[in-house]
Amino acid sequence: MEGELAHIGAGLAAIGSGAAAIGVGNVAGNYLAGALRNPSAAASQTATLFIGIAFAEALGIFAFLVALLLMFAV
Amino acid sequence: MATDTSGAEGGLVFHPMDQFIIKPFFGSGEVAWYTVTNATVWMFLAVIAVFLLLVVGSSKRAVVPSRMQSVAELAYGFVYKMVEDICGKEGVKYFPYIMTLFMFIVCANFLGLIPTAFTPTSHFAVTVVLALAVFLTVTVLGFVKNGASFLSLFWVSSAPLALRPILALIELISYFVRPVSHSIRLAGNVMAGHAVIKVFAGFAALLAVSPIAILGITAMYGLEVLVSFIQAYVFTILTCVYLKDALHPHH
Amino acid sequence: MATEPIDIEMAGTCVGPNGSAIGMPQLCFDWWGNQIFWLVLALIAIYLILSRVALPRIGAVLAERTGTITNDIAAAEDLKAKAVEAEAAYDKALLDARAEAQRIVADAKAEIKGDLDVAIAKADAEIAAKSAESEKAIADIRASALENVAVVAKDTAKEIVAALGGKADAKTINAAVTARMKG
Repeated sequence: MEGELAHIGAGLAAIGSGAAAIGVGNVAGNYLAGALRNPSAAASQTATLFIGIAFAEALGIFAFLVALLLMFAV
Repeated sequence: MATDTSGAEGGLVFHPMDQFIIKPFFGSGEVAWYTVTNATVWMFLAVIAVFLLLVVGSSKRAVVPSRMQSVAELAYGFVYKMVEDICGKEGVKYFPYIMTLFMFIVCANFLGLIPTAFTPTSHFAVTVVLALAVFLTVTVLGFVKNGASFLSLFWVSSAPLALRPILALIELISYFVRPVSHSIRLAGNVMAGHAVIKVFAGFAALLAVSPIAILGITAMYGLEVLVSFIQAYVFTILTCVYLKDALHPHH
Repeated sequence: MATEPIDIEMAGTCVGPNGSAIGMPQLCFDWWGNQIFWLVLALIAIYLILSRVALPRIGAVLAERTGTITNDIAAAEDLKAKAVEAEAAYDKALLDARAEAQRIVADAKAEIKGDLDVAIAKADAEIAAKSAESEKAIADIRASALENVAVVAKDTAKEIVAALGGKADAKTINAAVTARMKG
């Protein structure tokens, strides 16, 4: 029973990966919108873009990690 | 799909985490701290790859570069520009250190994409050491360079006075979370990609879905190639950002 | 990897007896020491390779290339300046040649014009002389014709007077004819 609950929890935690996908999409989409408005400033902001994506994605990876822990380590 | 449902019924076998098992490369037995394991071998291959690319590739010192040499110069210019852009002129001193991190991660990631290979960067032991090395270096460097004024990193002077203690607390927490997120991001991304590929590979055993599974593996592999580079890039660029905080702590 | 047979003695806290992992292999702390040891060794190796050999060499190559390119660009600028100079010299030569040609043409034209003027003047003079001669001849002819007319008129008048039975002296008739011819 406990293991099954852990599996359900893992599935719930995996939702966080989808949320992170929304976040990454937001970052990239807004970057693109800004870059199309002001293409000359776009090149200088790619580093910021990647940092933003990395931060957003890290949280998704945390959710994934929680799922993995529930799956394999509990 | 827990580990103990090892495919007796239905023929579906999922062992997505087995690829991360560390075992002795020569013979078998316990893994002691000095044992040459599969992780050791692939780290060594990463070192060899760095050597081949950056030393052998540039050995001709040609003004008009060969293919290998232009890749080596590309890597050099890429990291150098990153360090210079983010940390400024003072950061160039630490360029070899950052280049070491970048080259190790990028080579280990790409070598890990070879089928049946082992990926050292998918292990928290490796990434935690990398991230802690960055964290400790940056913290020590910040105090050595700036003395106590390094603490102004946490005291946001542009915020209203009432908010500053709260902000300082948040900044302090985020500062200490840095090595955690720094290491888990890299290992998590690499491990997630490899595990997902393994899960797709498990589905390939069913004849009905195996074409889709193979397509999925191909797509994930392409994504993993991207992720391998992007995660190395992100790790390096965050190292540069942390280094910049240590060199110029004032907001 | 799961298919490989694994010795029972290797099966420890992290690997089950069937050779698959128990839990996450990443969290098996038995293996951390080994990985950390070899990782530190690998990082030191890469750092030494990079800082001793690779980075100075690539940096030198890049600097050399920048230098070569700068030199080449300077040389190209030089050659360009020379080309501009040569073009200017060529243009100047062309202008000189053109001016010389124009001068020669003008000289030739002036010479020809002089010759022509002389010839025209000579021709004019000849024409004038000829026409003066002709006019003189015409005037002579006219004068002689007038004289002849007067003589004929006097003779005719004398004859007419004689035929009419008059008697007229030559002097009166002459005077009358002359008066008549003038009027």
